[in-house]
Amino acid sequence: MSNPITKYLPFFTDAEVPHTVSARPDTGLYSAKLGIWLFLASEVMLFGGLFSAYIFLRLGAEPGYWPSGLLNVPVGTMNTAILIVSSITVVMAWAALKMRELGKYKLYMLVTIVCGLIFLTVKLSYEWPAKFNHFGVFIKKDAAAKYEEFLGNKHLEEAGQSPRWEISGHLLDAPKGSSYKHQAEHNAEHFAHETGRHDAVTPAEDDYVIQLDAVNANPSDKENDRPHFWPVPMSTKLAVIHASDVESASVFAPRHSTYFATYFLITGLHGLHVLGGILVFLYLWLPFRGGTKLYKTNPEHLANRVEIAGLFWHFVDLVWIFVFPIFYLL
Amino acid sequence: MSSIATADVGHHGGTDPHADHHHHELGFLQKWVFSTDHKVIGLQYGVTGLAFLFFGFLLMLVMRWQLANPGVAVPVVGGFLRSVFGGTVITDTGALTAAGYNVFGAMHGTIMVFFGIVPVAVAGFGNYVVPLQIGAPDMAFPKLNMASFWCFFTSCVIMMSSFFVEGSAAKSGWTAYPPLAGVADLEGGNLWLNGQTIWLVAMVFNITGSLLGSINFITTIIQLRAPGLTWMRLPFFVWAQFVTAFLLVLAFPPLEAAGFMQLTDRVLGTSFFMPTGLMVGQSVAQTWSGGGSPILWQHLFWFLAHPEVYVLILPAIGIVSEIVANNTRKPLYGYKAMVYSVFALGFLSFIVWAHHMYMTGMGAKVAAFFQVTTIMISVPSVILLTALLLSLWGGSIRFNTPMMFATAFLPMFGLGGLTGIPLAFNAVDLFLHDTYYVIGHFHYVVAPGTIFALFAGVYFWYPKVTGRKMSEFLGRVHFWGSLISINGLFFPMFLQGMAGVHRRWYDGGVTYEQLAGPVLHWNKVMTVSAGILALFQLVFIFNFFTSWRTGKKVGRNPWDATTLDWDTPTPPPHGNFEKPVEVFRGPYEYSVPGYKADFHPQSHRD
Repeated sequence: MSNPITKYLPFFTDAEVPHTVSARPDTGLYSAKLGIWLFLASEVMLFGGLFSAYIFLRLGAEPGYWPSGLLNVPVGTMNTAILIVSSITVVMAWAALKMRELGKYKLYMLVTIVCGLIFLTVKLSYEWPAKFNHFGVFIKKDAAAKYEEFLGNKHLEEAGQSPRWEISGHLLDAPKGSSYKHQAEHNAEHFAHETGRHDAVTPAEDDYVIQLDAVNANPSDKENDRPHFWPVPMSTKLAVIHASDVESASVFAPRHSTYFATYFLITGLHGLHVLGGILVFLYLWLPFRGGTKLYKTNPEHLANRVEIAGLFWHFVDLVWIFVFPIFYLL
Repeated sequence: MSSIATADVGHHGGTDPHADHHHHELGFLQKWVFSTDHKVIGLQYGVTGLAFLFFGFLLMLVMRWQLANPGVAVPVVGGFLRSVFGGTVITDTGALTAAGYNVFGAMHGTIMVFFGIVPVAVAGFGNYVVPLQIGAPDMAFPKLNMASFWCFFTSCVIMMSSFFVEGSAAKSGWTAYPPLAGVADLEGGNLWLNGQTIWLVAMVFNITGSLLGSINFITTIIQLRAPGLTWMRLPFFVWAQFVTAFLLVLAFPPLEAAGFMQLTDRVLGTSFFMPTGLMVGQSVAQTWSGGGSPILWQHLFWFLAHPEVYVLILPAIGIVSEIVANNTRKPLYGYKAMVYSVFALGFLSFIVWAHHMYMTGMGAKVAAFFQVTTIMISVPSVILLTALLLSLWGGSIRFNTPMMFATAFLPMFGLGGLTGIPLAFNAVDLFLHDTYYVIGHFHYVVAPGTIFALFAGVYFWYPKVTGRKMSEFLGRVHFWGSLISINGLFFPMFLQGMAGVHRRWYDGGVTYEQLAGPVLHWNKVMTVSAGILALFQLVFIFNFFTSWRTGKKVGRNPWDATTLDWDTPTPPPHGNFEKPVEVFRGPYEYSVPGYKADFHPQSHRD
């Protein structure tokens, strides 16, 4: 009866509690299933708090201070599809266990884990790093006229759109003492290598030089009134911005704007949930005591564990279904 | 066979007769420190929480000294405080500094609410009593329960450590309003090791622990009720804990989200709560991109903190209900109405939060909405209180110590509740907001209200935990001393508040003597009362520890009670019940005509 683990580890000295595996007849639930639904209810409120912050800040944002079209929609769509596929395979894994087909279970669970890993890899190796090497400068309103060729506010006013205050792209030169100096040098080298031009670094010590995004290179072009679906390559046009005309300047990091603050906080917390899900799935997939080894002694218990982990995974998927439109599309 | 396979024992909450044979060899660490037993975890929470209540009270004593004697060194312990808390908080002469006053104020609120009352009332009593009252061998998820306590304990350690960093602990109030809380303590240049940041980190752990615990409570109550224990046979205490747990599950996460946001505002330079063009000192702060909203924090904070008020009070009402029914030897008056009321209360508590925010200029329409819901919530509260009062009617009341605290709870909580009604109205609140009137109002609810109920609960369940009663004589001394001095402490706050004394004046109002002069002498009365109150708590502490060894020995049911918690051996062993329990009747069948005794336990078949 007494096994070595219950003997030596305090963590395993529980009283014997009913309904850990089989359902209580009058509720029709085993306890963990109720527990995970309650946990998901609290998760809804957690993300609900963050989403309401998004709504509150976006509604309260001054015109022109809530960007759109900065994220890569095709990549986001691909990630959405990957998560949906993984949500399906996790159900197949559970069904396979219910039918007592361990081999199929292992296969479907593997697919789920791989999907989760692809999602995270795309997020961490492409989507986030691309932001950290993208630079935006918000121009003071009284200096905006000087930079009209990059902002295109006359055109936007005629088109009935909100004004633009930001000039963005790759930073090639930064004012003296700026913490972005190193990044700028690196970018300037790259720029010179690509184009053969060496005019990216100005002799002035308080200028920002930016290799412009398409939208700032040609701000009055009607093409740029709506965000592009496919990413548009950067122009090779440069903008020189005097530091005293700048309201704030930052890479596309959380401190850049309330938009990126909410973007990074929500996608970051979501990413942590994806990571948590993957770790739980790995535990259930590998031959741990509580993983596939459990199949030999109590396959129903393993199926239950996969079911509640799967419910959590569906929730993580569902959160992404909200994240995707509010950041990528709207 | 593995322990997991044997874990599923039958469908009806009975204990496996073979279950505990490998448990009697538990070592000290397993039994008392890393335990998964709900009773030990309840005690861990309860004792930690009581210690924090006392500590929070001592912080307040130093503040009260300062209010009555501005700038005068704290007597006797001034030098000691200086060496513990450092120069930011205490001057070289031993007096409280202005920054120190803010530190103690913020930490008093934080500690009393999140580290004192909730751990004792919800996690302490709830963990110990709920599984016993529903006839369960333990909580539904014992390991999660342990995780909950250790999350909480981690948060305690983190929070206390903040007293010892440069600039001392958080000083922006327990509400941590930005933009003040967003810029506080950052002058030192250390993004992580400063009071407000540590406060946020500690709160994230505290909230996580609380979430794990409340999920466990709800699951336990739904899944592990003994056979025959139908919903309307649940003791009212279990109902109160059930609704409380729902409040915690649904209201705490938005604060956790808000905590993350304030944390990134402080360490990553985001602007969730930092507005455009924020002035810090003499210049516009350049660290923030702007575009954030301080009001957003207030919404997210009060979305938790108003339900939190009911988290503080509902378990207290639950404890009082048990004790009132037991000592009037009568069923609770209107048990079903109380159950429905507690649900209505739980629901309404989610839609009243912005009555804390009338001063933000939210506009008449929004204010009108929240003022209506706030008045609506007083209806179920009054039903609960009235039902308890009517339960006294015609009872032959046994006035033992728990009952004295429970009966005192009723008018004290009533006073706290009634003084809240003027605050619900926008127009009146604009005058009373942030005055001592508000302080008096909510302290009547939580101090002679909730804390008296907690004392009642300690005296009531102490015999179950230890097998001995606490001293009745010392209990009475504690009761009368506390009742009189606590009113001397809190009642004058109403008088000061209505005269316009602001809650954050560090010198007790001397600077504003022209306005506050006529009521300033109450500061002395309140401070003396607080000191006397502290002395009488020493009686309780003495009683609590000495009765452990010397109290009168009792059997399993010293109060002749009916609920299942009194059916277990005293103290209850691991797994609680010796044989499978079954329930045959409602929770409060006292003085049933024709029955041989004046109480008819739920588990007795005949």
